[in-house]
Amino acid sequence: MALIRTWMQLRPIVAALGRHKVATVLIVLQVALTLAVASNALFIVATRFIHLSRPTGTDEAHIFIIRNEWKNGQNAAQIDTNIRTDLAALRQVPGVRDAFSSEAYPLEGGGGIPLGLKLKPDQKTRPKLSIAYAADEHAIDTLGISLAAGRNFRPEEITAIGPYDKMSPPGIIITRSAANKLFPDGSALGRTVYLPAGPATIIGILASLQGSYADSSVRSIDEDSVLIPARYLDPEGVVYLVRTDATAMKPVIAAALKALQERGAVRLIDPKEGVITLLQARERDYATDRSVALLMSILSGLLLMATAGGIVGLSSFWVSQRRKQIGIRRSLGATTGDILRYFHAENFLIVGGGIVLGVLLAFLANLGLMHVYELPRMPPYVLPLGALLLWLLGQVAVWGPARYAAKVPPVVAIRTE
Amino acid sequence: MWGYYVALAWRSSARSKALTALVIALLAFGVSACMVSYAVFRATTSDPIPAKSSRLYVPQIDSFGPTINWNGSEPSPVLSYTDAIALYQARKASRQTLLYPATWQMESDNRLIPAMPLSGDAVTADFFPMFDVPFRFGGGWTPTDDTQHASVVVISRRLNDKLFGGQNSVGLEIRLDGKIFRIGGVLDDWNPKPRFFDIASLDIPGIFSDTGDIYIPFTRAIDMKKGTKYDLCPSYSTDLGISDWDKYLRSECVWIDAWVELVTPSDVERYREFLRNYAEEQRRNGRFSWAPNIRLRNLMAWMAHEHVTPKASNLSMLVSASFLLIVMVNVVGLMLARFMRRAPEIGIRRALGASRAAVYRQLLIEGAALGCVGGILGVALTLLGLRGAGALFEPSIARIVHADASLIVLTVLLAMAATVISALYPTWRAAKIQPAWQIKINS
Repeated sequence: MALIRTWMQLRPIVAALGRHKVATVLIVLQVALTLAVASNALFIVATRFIHLSRPTGTDEAHIFIIRNEWKNGQNAAQIDTNIRTDLAALRQVPGVRDAFSSEAYPLEGGGGIPLGLKLKPDQKTRPKLSIAYAADEHAIDTLGISLAAGRNFRPEEITAIGPYDKMSPPGIIITRSAANKLFPDGSALGRTVYLPAGPATIIGILASLQGSYADSSVRSIDEDSVLIPARYLDPEGVVYLVRTDATAMKPVIAAALKALQERGAVRLIDPKEGVITLLQARERDYATDRSVALLMSILSGLLLMATAGGIVGLSSFWVSQRRKQIGIRRSLGATTGDILRYFHAENFLIVGGGIVLGVLLAFLANLGLMHVYELPRMPPYVLPLGALLLWLLGQVAVWGPARYAAKVPPVVAIRTE
Repeated sequence: MWGYYVALAWRSSARSKALTALVIALLAFGVSACMVSYAVFRATTSDPIPAKSSRLYVPQIDSFGPTINWNGSEPSPVLSYTDAIALYQARKASRQTLLYPATWQMESDNRLIPAMPLSGDAVTADFFPMFDVPFRFGGGWTPTDDTQHASVVVISRRLNDKLFGGQNSVGLEIRLDGKIFRIGGVLDDWNPKPRFFDIASLDIPGIFSDTGDIYIPFTRAIDMKKGTKYDLCPSYSTDLGISDWDKYLRSECVWIDAWVELVTPSDVERYREFLRNYAEEQRRNGRFSWAPNIRLRNLMAWMAHEHVTPKASNLSMLVSASFLLIVMVNVVGLMLARFMRRAPEIGIRRALGASRAAVYRQLLIEGAALGCVGGILGVALTLLGLRGAGALFEPSIARIVHADASLIVLTVLLAMAATVISALYPTWRAAKIQPAWQIKINS
């Protein structure tokens, strides 16, 4: 019933708006701009948020990393001994569940070894690029990742390799994501791929493990990681990944550093940046994304508030201008509800006009942003959501002025001001 | 007269407090959002070396070729050792330097300071005069030191304070990676933001980090087989045959930043021609199988090309500018309401002899006064926002953002300009008011 009465009122509302062209156009324009900017900004927030909450696939809350640099003048054999001794010591530390050595860690933002995987030795097309971690038989347990198929490395498969040595392990473990890209038919396990230095058999497939570069939303190789059975003997240094039993890592980190300090003469560990937990690494690596998301949210919030404020201001002005007309309508029998509905309907119409224009602007803005910032295309459901939000915002904003209008007594009609 | 108009504005504001407060608050928020974004934008795009930037150029040579290039036809931002040395030895620019960032283990005779890893750059003699690097003690080294692979080091003031208590340490020695180096100079405070000479090598937050503590001759660093973490090789799927350091140097992996100083436009043209000829020569020799693909950009063009400004800063600049635009549309409406409400008053003023121009003046001054108040509130919000920059931007960027007098003045001016522009249409409407008509309906 109320709906029908509102509908009946639409014609006079439109006619009345014709008398306030400029003010109407201003609100329409404002709503349109707000929809265009806010929908794009909130879409950016959503993409950043999805990006920064991607899991690494590891047991992040229980892992910390020690970046250990070797004192100068040690040869490969000495470094190899160092790593073996250190790992044995680390695994003995109370509270440590497991540990392994590598050249990089997830969320490091760099450091991993880029590795092209070919299906044939003489492949001409661009090979599948992946990011490799040096790993041993403890890597899977330390990272807290799981084998979806195949087997883990055996201790005797782990070889020591230096930065200039050829990397040609007999078997490698790759992630499900990399496996599906190499062999879309799902037959990856047991197949051979070709590394730069020779063939390797895929002996295991991991459910998931993120590479060490995780800084871009368009990188498609973040999930395509490879475990190479190797102790990587970089004369510069090594990273130790350590998984603890409990989430309280401070005492375990202190104990681990103390254990390494027993052979302190061979190493340097930066007192400030030498140790980092995976959760801290996550915070650091996604700082930019968090910053973008936070900024865009704040600005969108301000934007919506400004628009609401504008609607309140202009509607109040309209109400005050039309006090006499409202009084006449009331004298002729209009209820307070009629007046309320009038203003809500009017606002709904104006905002609707703004939304039509705004959808167009938002679409164009998205095209522009896609071009400049490599932003993905906005999915179609963002705009209806934005439209709904603005309609609600308009209705809430006009509520106060409309109530004020509804309170205008009929006697105003015959009073001269 | 001006004072009178401001007094009128004050009186009319007192009559419609809510509307006035709304206008001022909107302006303050709109302007301060813009200014916070601008402060960050300014800090990240400002010229790090204004006196020299137009003369500093980055040469690029495509040594990968079209089938390997990741970035369309754009040559890699860094050079292979072969090309870097060839450009350096040709000496076709008034000054030139090769450099790359690296980390060394530093030990000194100061027992209180344990051995520590320190970062810095391997550079050539021209680096210091080219980039106007200030010295506190001593100076850089000579080109002869470069050719003799001298074990000389320039250290930062920070390191000198730490090791030698700020005393003149020139002539003393430190050990880098176990090798003895004589200190040739101590830098004065020098911390250009961004660390422009390393842009091609470092990642985005990294280029806003502090400059390093150690500078040694490029040739000496190569002797020490000092590599960099930031290299790119032409293939990660074929065996490049890099089995030792010498093979790495001779490989097509790229990792060296090159800079040349070119004074006149004709120097630039000549250098570009030289690069083209060099690439052409490499093609004739069979090393490149593609047409010469070179670039020569000056510092500011280089910073723009390498997207030094953080994405967050660019986007927030864009969105806050849109925010201000929306605020202005809003203010147009509110000012219209404000002036229309005063139609009788304006009608009477007109009837008493005020010209249209007088009405214009009155209302625009009223707009400017409102804008000024909004701007002052905006300054407060901007300062508050900048204080919160630490929570909004990465620490290395938040640290270099600051407010100064020009930012504050600009905030107020922007607010006043925004209001006056927004008030133009409402004022025009108000000035059209017919005096007689207004008096009649109000009689």
